[in-house]
Amino acid sequence: MTLLEQFQLWLGSIWPGWAAYIVPAIVGIVVVLGFVLTMVIVFIWYERRLLGRFQVRLGPNRLGPEGIFQPIATAVKILLKEDIVPTKSDKVIHWLAPVIVFVPVLMIFAVVPFGERAILTDLNVGVVYVVAISSISAVGIYMAGWASNNKYGLISALRAVAQMVSYELPVVLAILGVVLMAGSLSMTQIVASQKIPFLLLQPLGFVIFFLGTVAEMNRSPFDLLEADSEIVAGYHIEYSGMKFAMFYLGEYGHALAYSCIIATLFLSGWQGPLLPPIIWLVIKVMAVFFVIVWMRSTLPRLRVDQLMAFAWKGLLPMAIINLFIVAAEVLWLSEITPWLMVAVNFVFAGVLVLLWSKLFTLGGGRVEV
Amino acid sequence: MKFERYGIGIAKGMAVTFKHLFRAPITVQYPEEKLIVSRRIRGNELVWYPDKCTGCATCAKSCPQGNIEIATHVGDKNNYVVDKFEVDTGRCMFCGLCVEACPFDALAMGISYERAQHRRKQLVLSKEELQLSDVRQPSGYARPRIEASLPKQSLLIYWDKEEGGQKLSWLGLSKKRGRGV
Amino acid sequence: MAIRTEPFILNMGPQHPSTHGVLRLRVTLDGEVVTDVELVMGYLHRGIEKLGENRTYAQIIPLTDRLDYVASMTNNFAYVLAVEKLAGIEVPERAEYLRIIMAEMMRIANHLMAVGFFLNDLGAMMTPVLYMWREREKLLDLFEMVCGQRLTYNYMRIGGVSHDIPEEFLPALKRFVAEMPGFIDEYDRLLSQNEVLLARTKGVGILPKDTAINTAASGPVLRASDVKWDIRRADPYSIYDRFDFEIPVGTVGDCYDRYWVRMQEMRQSVRILEQAIAQLPEGEACAKVPQLLRPPVGEVYGHIEAPKGELGFHLVSDNSIAPYRFHIRAPTLINMTALKDMAIGWKVADLIIILGSIDVCLGEIDR
Repeated sequence: MTLLEQFQLWLGSIWPGWAAYIVPAIVGIVVVLGFVLTMVIVFIWYERRLLGRFQVRLGPNRLGPEGIFQPIATAVKILLKEDIVPTKSDKVIHWLAPVIVFVPVLMIFAVVPFGERAILTDLNVGVVYVVAISSISAVGIYMAGWASNNKYGLISALRAVAQMVSYELPVVLAILGVVLMAGSLSMTQIVASQKIPFLLLQPLGFVIFFLGTVAEMNRSPFDLLEADSEIVAGYHIEYSGMKFAMFYLGEYGHALAYSCIIATLFLSGWQGPLLPPIIWLVIKVMAVFFVIVWMRSTLPRLRVDQLMAFAWKGLLPMAIINLFIVAAEVLWLSEITPWLMVAVNFVFAGVLVLLWSKLFTLGGGRVEV
Repeated sequence: MKFERYGIGIAKGMAVTFKHLFRAPITVQYPEEKLIVSRRIRGNELVWYPDKCTGCATCAKSCPQGNIEIATHVGDKNNYVVDKFEVDTGRCMFCGLCVEACPFDALAMGISYERAQHRRKQLVLSKEELQLSDVRQPSGYARPRIEASLPKQSLLIYWDKEEGGQKLSWLGLSKKRGRGV
Repeated sequence: MAIRTEPFILNMGPQHPSTHGVLRLRVTLDGEVVTDVELVMGYLHRGIEKLGENRTYAQIIPLTDRLDYVASMTNNFAYVLAVEKLAGIEVPERAEYLRIIMAEMMRIANHLMAVGFFLNDLGAMMTPVLYMWREREKLLDLFEMVCGQRLTYNYMRIGGVSHDIPEEFLPALKRFVAEMPGFIDEYDRLLSQNEVLLARTKGVGILPKDTAINTAASGPVLRASDVKWDIRRADPYSIYDRFDFEIPVGTVGDCYDRYWVRMQEMRQSVRILEQAIAQLPEGEACAKVPQLLRPPVGEVYGHIEAPKGELGFHLVSDNSIAPYRFHIRAPTLINMTALKDMAIGWKVADLIIILGSIDVCLGEIDR
């Protein structure tokens, strides 16, 4: 029973039924929304400062201690900007796209466990819910690129569809490995079953899931949708003001949501000694995001065909093989000590990665015209 | 040339960026921290010494842009008296040819660099405005004697230790910085 | 049933983050594949060649700064060499060495910027640019120390250089020369072996050897196509015959080779700097040259190996104080003509990096 359900039960004993049904929901939504928006602001600051330090510069440090209020100033600046809608755009879709990008991001947090019983709804199909909800953003991105009637936007929109659909598959297959091992689709159950983090038990699954999610949230080296040196800003090139702010929040919200999911599925979620669960979750989320920023600061971008090849020829077969290995282990090797399993899985992961990098071709890709 | 595979190249690159996390940032926080400019800086605007100027107009002839306007009349002691000495610094490209050409050291480049104006008209400097003042100090460009009196330039090459040039003051991550000076 | 499709025409620029200025590319696309590229130039035209005909020979030097504003020092160098050839002026020994030192420093500074922005076009999020600009900044500090400006140097004079170096210059330069190979190694570790970079650049935008020669390409673009042509060796000017250095050449002429050639040239420039510092003689920094130079009637073509390629100045003199005709052979303008050959059949993303690997500077193309 989650904390919220307990609150609902207690409220039901003193208030009429409809109030006891609505009030806890509102309280829960406000708390989660507060957490998400605060963390998004922290994330924006964290990325800017971290990127600055990677690039031997300081990053924003003027507003507030160490520049922590800079994202708020940015938000105010963006909100005060004129809202420009291109004349030839499809007005309704242009208006709707930022909403469709942003809302699913918030919905993901409904199933993220912040503590032992601190979860908005403990869906018994939580993982499926995450996968289903998170892909809606692709529709919003496509709508944004299409409706703004801009050629860069159109290229970006078409890239978005290809990229999102391709990377959905390896991500889902990597999650399936976790589900098999935990024996449940519920997020709380998955956390509870991680006596050893699944990062150690499934290193290959983690790598596939991590790269897939980085591609899904359009971050370097897979940031082809925004690719500022090629298609300028991609799908949000024609957006300004509040609508742009929605995309911006959506992008960082996505990063936060996926960092939470990675922490929950592979880094044993809120579990940890001494500190309270929420602190442990934040630490793990920050660590995951650190790696994402680190990759962003180092790696060049892949080309669109290489990106697709990496998904279909690289990650997907590896994910399928990984699924089979995990299934076999769960079926036959569930009795052996987990640490032996860790060693076996690391060997498997190493062999598969080496095998696949042999097949990875460098360069080329000219098309005869 | 052998190419590495299996993600070793990526790992090496990531190690380089990680190492930079622990290096001092090279940012100079401009309005609070100011670097010492070169002693020969061809900074904004010119400095004109009316007592040294003979009105020979060599500077005006040497200017590629034809920027310097000079008008004279013959004075009592059979010398030129400068009536008008006007420079349109909006068209100036700070090449320093006029300063090099002056045979009497009557003209010097300025050392300042924060001399933005709101109107184009304000960039046209008259004889009175061009003279030496608190904000208008000469730099050592083509003037070795002034050059020797100026402080040494701060160089990024010596960012970690002091030898020869001025040391730059690098601020760490934790040091508090406010908005004000 | 065949689907009827129309070509997708994309105007890249004049305002685009990766066209390095105000260049416009009219690209015809088939999906993401580039089928045609049309260059539209002239957005930065300032009429420098015509302006030069109305200036005295000495007054043209600051104008040459505005050509390739990333590497002004070599523009000065090429121009004064042409005038000295025309007027038959002897240059003091020390001035020759100072010129070589400045030119090689400029080559390093230019290649740092070229390589950095090439990697930025690849999508490496400003990190290589900022690392390389740290070193470029050190060089700009030195230029500022010598001539008082960081971008438009106006340092070379007909018959020498405008000033001798201050006493704190050489220790700083020695330190830079000692440190620089370590930094180049670091850049190599950062991205030269990176699998993503190799996948993006190996075999991409190949400029075959014969096409490179036929388009009159020069500089790193030509040398990457395995043509050992460097004017410092092929037609030695100044005192380049006294230095020991190698000319790095590529193998196939793809984007990676152009990147690699630039990295190696930086190492060679450091070697030249080392030798020039060791040999630097005492003496005058500038010969006595009349302020209003009147070269004899005739014409001259002086060319040097500028960082971006062969930079030449064609001057026609009619024995007056200004040149009768003043023409500039800009390396990137000629190199850009090879862009279409390189880019067709590649994706939009490749077009950007091919353009980046040419190392364009619009100040020079449009002049």
